[in-house]
Amino acid sequence: MLRKRSYFDSKRLPYLLILPQILVTVTFFYWPAVQGLAQSFMLSDPFGLHSRFVLFDNYIRLFKDPLYLRSIVITLTFSASTAALAITTGLFLATLANRILRFKNIIRTFLIWPYAVAPAISGILWLFLLHPSFGVVAIAVKKYLGVDWNPVLRGSDAMVMVILASAWKQVSYNFVFFMAGMQAIPKSLIEAAAMDGAGPFRRFWTITLPLLSPTLFFVTVMNIIFSFFETFGIIHTVTQGGPGGATNILVYKVYQDGFIGLNLGSSSAQSILLMALIITITLLQFKYVEKKVQYTG
Amino acid sequence: MVEKTPILDTLTYLLLMLGILVVCFPIIYTIIAATLPMEEVSKVPMPLIPGDQFWVNIQAAWNQGDLGTQLFNSFIMASGITIGKIVVSLLGAFSIVYFDYRFRTVAFVTVFCTLMLPVEVRILPTYEMAANLFGPLQHVWDWLHLNALLSWFTNHDIEVSLDWSLLDSYTGLILPLVASATCTFLFRQFFLTVPEELCEAAKMDGASPMVFFRKILLPLSKTNIAALVVIEFVYGWNQYLWPLLITTNPKMTTAVIGLKNLIPSPEDPPDWHIAMAGALLVMLPPILVVLFMQRWFVKGLVEREK
Repeated sequence: MLRKRSYFDSKRLPYLLILPQILVTVTFFYWPAVQGLAQSFMLSDPFGLHSRFVLFDNYIRLFKDPLYLRSIVITLTFSASTAALAITTGLFLATLANRILRFKNIIRTFLIWPYAVAPAISGILWLFLLHPSFGVVAIAVKKYLGVDWNPVLRGSDAMVMVILASAWKQVSYNFVFFMAGMQAIPKSLIEAAAMDGAGPFRRFWTITLPLLSPTLFFVTVMNIIFSFFETFGIIHTVTQGGPGGATNILVYKVYQDGFIGLNLGSSSAQSILLMALIITITLLQFKYVEKKVQYTG
Repeated sequence: MVEKTPILDTLTYLLLMLGILVVCFPIIYTIIAATLPMEEVSKVPMPLIPGDQFWVNIQAAWNQGDLGTQLFNSFIMASGITIGKIVVSLLGAFSIVYFDYRFRTVAFVTVFCTLMLPVEVRILPTYEMAANLFGPLQHVWDWLHLNALLSWFTNHDIEVSLDWSLLDSYTGLILPLVASATCTFLFRQFFLTVPEELCEAAKMDGASPMVFFRKILLPLSKTNIAALVVIEFVYGWNQYLWPLLITTNPKMTTAVIGLKNLIPSPEDPPDWHIAMAGALLVMLPPILVVLFMQRWFVKGLVEREK
């Protein structure tokens, strides 16, 4: 645990300084986490008047529930597609922008702003573009590609719609990281490869991409976290988990079961599982970052 | 770049322009829709030439959705989260890096275990906590059977219930989201790179810790603070799930939530021009913040990786 070599001596001041942080963290992280854990072992009636200790029943029930298993599959499909689409697009645009010498700042300005759009609003914009009866893209797709597009009724179409709305928002985030990552690659390496006769595509595969791998790893983790959790707003405004539960991702199910279905035990168990998942991801990332430090140092 | 590849360069420009067009299309389309009257916007397909109803639609959205109040709420929430997070984490990081005390490691671990744990995974218990901030105290009270003790002591039936609800309040919108380890982590990383000599010199000159913090550390942290202001303002403004849960009164809700009421449902007249005008109004503030502070924002965003 790092600290400055020279530090201040004070009996009470450091406690006073860290106190606000500890207070909010304990109040809004630890206490709720403990409560959630306790609740996940309980079976309560919808009004919260009686509850009974049932140990792992809520968890066992979850893994026997076809709706929950389906939600896991849906979430994996959704986040893998969103991350893949957003990362490849971001990487592609960054590679292009990095090839040209001028207008870099203007291009960045044009590509950066979707980051500032709330997921919920991104959902609204894409709903407007892809609405089966008046969305301009939907009509074009129907007319020229002959696809019978209807996200209001067909689950797979609805999934495509929420994937597009989510990936669109993430592209700018990825673009910024890849741009920064590429600019950090020494020009001399690229030039040396060019002298040895490697063309632009070969250089991308053998130099840029491998050197970009730490950024790629970080961006992938952030994209997965984004599509697992922060896309709640998109689902809520665009599909509400429908049609027929086809876009009911795990975070949305926690909300639906807990706040609409009032099944507190099950909702808490689902929260705990998600928490465990994100803690695992964080630990994995820390492990990787440590490795990276050893590698460069 | 390195060699001359005129065909590839032209292709690069063309593809880049196409990419920008695709990324920008949703917003261009929204802007066009917001300028059209209702007859035009419900034509299939909608015309791509802007109309002249922009101000009319903006006004309609403003009045129908009570956007004035909600934009104000969003502003309070976003600024509250931004200021709260930055102040709390500056002080916390200062304490962790520049002091040596017994529970330093405990404090560090307590805070950093919460890194990357979003509100979304702990909604139900956090909601219960916000519904009654004194819930934990009440638990302790009940557990100790203090009611019975008090009744026995005073010879009256006394029921003490500790109640402090944060629902439908600015505090409730802001406080639970101030708890974040990310900013503290960033400031800690930055403080560790500040030269040791500065602290030594300050001590030699007899500066107290707080004077050192105010006169040396704060000015040095300016760029980092600017970057975090952008990131946290956007984060706060765009919150969805938490305000959805914690506010039931439309006067207390935020603009991003309120916008949903402007989207026409299948039974309503297709007022998409008004919905889109509203969407423009609600997304404008964070976009402006990002565009005008782009340099610091990019720096801050990329710094998160480290």
